[in-house]
Amino acid sequence: MSAAAHAAESLRERFRFLGTATGAIGFFLLLLVLAIAALGPFFAPHSPTEPIGVPFERPSAEAPLGYDVLGRDVLSRVLWGGRSVLALAGLATLLAYAAGGLAGLVAGYSRSLVDPIIMRGADVLISFPALLFILVLITGAGTSKAALVAGVAIVQAPLVARILRTATLEQSVRGFVEAAVARGEGTFAVLRREILPNVVSPIAADFGLRFTYSVILVASVNFFGLGLQPPDADWALIISENRDGLTLNPWVILVPAGLIATLTISLNLLGDSVARALGRSRAGVLA
Amino acid sequence: MTEAAAALAVNGLTVSLAGGEPIVEDVSLAVAPGAVLGLVGESGSGKTTTALALLGFCRPGVRVVAGEITVAGETMSGLGEAAARRLRGRLVSYVPQDPESSLNPALRIRRAIQDMLDEHAAARELSTVEEALESVHLPATGAFAERYPHQLSGGQQQRVTIAVALVCEPPLVVLDEPTTGLDVVTQARILAEIERLRRERSLAMVYVSHDLAVVSQVADRIAVMYAGRIVEEGPTAAVLGEPRHPYTHGLVASIPDYARRRSLRGIPGVAPGPGDRPRGCAFAPRCPLKVERCELELPELEEVGGGRRARCFEWRRTSALVTEARKEARTGAWEAGPLLAVESLSAEHGRGHARVVAAHQVTFTLARGECVALVGESGSGKTTIARAVAGLHAPSSGRILLEDVALASKARKRPKEARRRLQLVFQNPYDSLNPRHRVRDAVSRPAVVLRDLPRRKAEAEVGELLERVRLPARLANRFPDELSGGERQRVAIARALAARPDVLVCDEITSALDVSVQAAVLELLGELRVELGLALLFISHDLGVVAAIADRVLVLEQGVVREEAPVEALLTHSEDEYTRRLLEAAPRLPVRSAAS
Repeated sequence: MSAAAHAAESLRERFRFLGTATGAIGFFLLLLVLAIAALGPFFAPHSPTEPIGVPFERPSAEAPLGYDVLGRDVLSRVLWGGRSVLALAGLATLLAYAAGGLAGLVAGYSRSLVDPIIMRGADVLISFPALLFILVLITGAGTSKAALVAGVAIVQAPLVARILRTATLEQSVRGFVEAAVARGEGTFAVLRREILPNVVSPIAADFGLRFTYSVILVASVNFFGLGLQPPDADWALIISENRDGLTLNPWVILVPAGLIATLTISLNLLGDSVARALGRSRAGVLA
Repeated sequence: MTEAAAALAVNGLTVSLAGGEPIVEDVSLAVAPGAVLGLVGESGSGKTTTALALLGFCRPGVRVVAGEITVAGETMSGLGEAAARRLRGRLVSYVPQDPESSLNPALRIRRAIQDMLDEHAAARELSTVEEALESVHLPATGAFAERYPHQLSGGQQQRVTIAVALVCEPPLVVLDEPTTGLDVVTQARILAEIERLRRERSLAMVYVSHDLAVVSQVADRIAVMYAGRIVEEGPTAAVLGEPRHPYTHGLVASIPDYARRRSLRGIPGVAPGPGDRPRGCAFAPRCPLKVERCELELPELEEVGGGRRARCFEWRRTSALVTEARKEARTGAWEAGPLLAVESLSAEHGRGHARVVAAHQVTFTLARGECVALVGESGSGKTTIARAVAGLHAPSSGRILLEDVALASKARKRPKEARRRLQLVFQNPYDSLNPRHRVRDAVSRPAVVLRDLPRRKAEAEVGELLERVRLPARLANRFPDELSGGERQRVAIARALAARPDVLVCDEITSALDVSVQAAVLELLGELRVELGLALLFISHDLGVVAAIADRVLVLEQGVVREEAPVEALLTHSEDEYTRRLLEAAPRLPVRSAAS
């Protein structure tokens, strides 16, 4: 097989999850939500913060989704409001992977006291109710985006550490790892070269779930008014501010709630199909 | 033997993958009551698929597309799952390969046997659980029947699965590699058990195995499968003594036998998988007797005399193929001064109360260019010793010296030069290569780490190293899962050679390979010894393999050296009782006689 054919083959392999219905639907929905969040502001007909109409007025030609509690255009606010939740949740998830991933790798590979110390610490963190932990942290540190991101990351990191520790433990007894140890390679080199590439699959399968959870946490905190502050446009904040107007203009709640739901559902579908595709390529069709 | 009287008759069986690629093609077999048919082949030959089809079963994604299977006059083929299940156990039963995973760990063995009885209670007057246990020489006590599978040894577990298979007294039993994974002494006992049961009950059996030597001990007739088809079939002694098909010949020549030391000949190349089998004879690409016709037409399974059939145009020429006696790599004394010395090495597993002694006061030396073998059953400590030498297992006492310099117990604490000179090849080639690294990365790495070569230079050597282990240089771009087991093990050897070692520690490196591949790997090691002056520390449980390669042998039992002797002396007139027991238990081919 030529190098080019090889590259094409491995690319096909990598995107095989798209071949399934769940994978394709999840991918399409995620793309849709990401496009709305990223490109929405360019298409917003009005300012997201200027009141221009009657509060909770129903949809009209001027405002296709009606007006919110302060008489701002709901469509414009929704188009602006996806960036923050996605960026904050994404950043928090990445941070959780960096910290938790490193801890899990080290814990899983070390045969010493390091492992129980790291993992019992993780257990302590996991034992706090997630939302309560973040709210306490924000109350102490003051309301800021940084505190929100840090809180979500701290809640997620021990869960990531657990998954990576198990995966690392499994890999660290394999022959190629022992071969590297017998060559005298350092711990860092063994982790990076031998183990990390082999634990990418469980990470990839887990990422969707983790990201979903971050979105929910960020949205929840924003809903409580402890994350982003008015007049920022944010899907969760929009739901929170306009609770009273549900009967007057239901669109102001339904649309952002629907977008958050679509985002989490698409990530779940995608994560699920990636996990399945990886599982299949591992086991092979016939022994 | 008439069709009606046969315990098993298979006609034109073809089994395919869902995509249409055939796994098994046009297989016809017959087994008389009380006879044992050995179904032999290497991995991917379709023998297990055939065996499962005899039970009216196919693995997911596989289906029977043609053929008729009759067991004791009743048709097994073309039945629905429910109908086939009613016949299974009563008409035909199955003894699986791995008893540990086939017995439900949550069920007591009484339950396992009773389930089978309950399923077919209406069929006839049946024996009890205790009688079933007694029939396979297990203690027929209530207490024993109350045990869980994990409380039994591997040999006992396999006896239980045999008891389950026999309790409903079916006329036919299919045994799928029933002794693979058991040590030789246990294997010999199980084989004797099978032979006794067959005699006493006049059971018909289909014995599936990759191991010709084992099959030759139990089977009356042998059918050899290659790439989904039967290539040769006939009486055991005749097929093995005077093979008519070149593949059978190659297979027989690959089998190590401690009593007849000869150089093993591997079969070059690999067997084609389903979907890429050639139009003509599937063995043609690897065949020494190939003529033009072989690639164009598929030979029929034709009568070749003496109640035998072979699928080869050129079968008359097969007997001209010869095997050679083993060439000694070197004779006479080894160079003065040992290269590697192990002095009173002791090693343990676990700590505290769970501590197990794996090696006790083991002492031996290895000279430059010499091959010393450590032989023993599983649990004898041979692998622990190899790992201690490689710096992967810290010994509890004793020293390891490389040219009179004591080595640290951990590889990382050893000087780079010592790590370079001592290389390890692992047992399982499916595990010892990182699935995410291309062959090029795997093979070039030791040169980068241990010889301080820049990466580019190290990679430039890869092609040469691959050719040295008789692999095409283009494999450098492949990932391990694109290679066969034999190819992977060669890559692992090439990786070890990249460090330019003086000592190669080989830990059961052929035990996961098919015999024809094993022979080829052993052949390669023999050549490398001569070319590079490598010293080998060769770990194996197989005396036949050891006979083919070693100069000197240490026999280990539970971590203690029972005997140390030159290979010839040890194999022919050992004084040690344990060694003799190992030798007697080792399965061997019947001594070649003029079969006619």
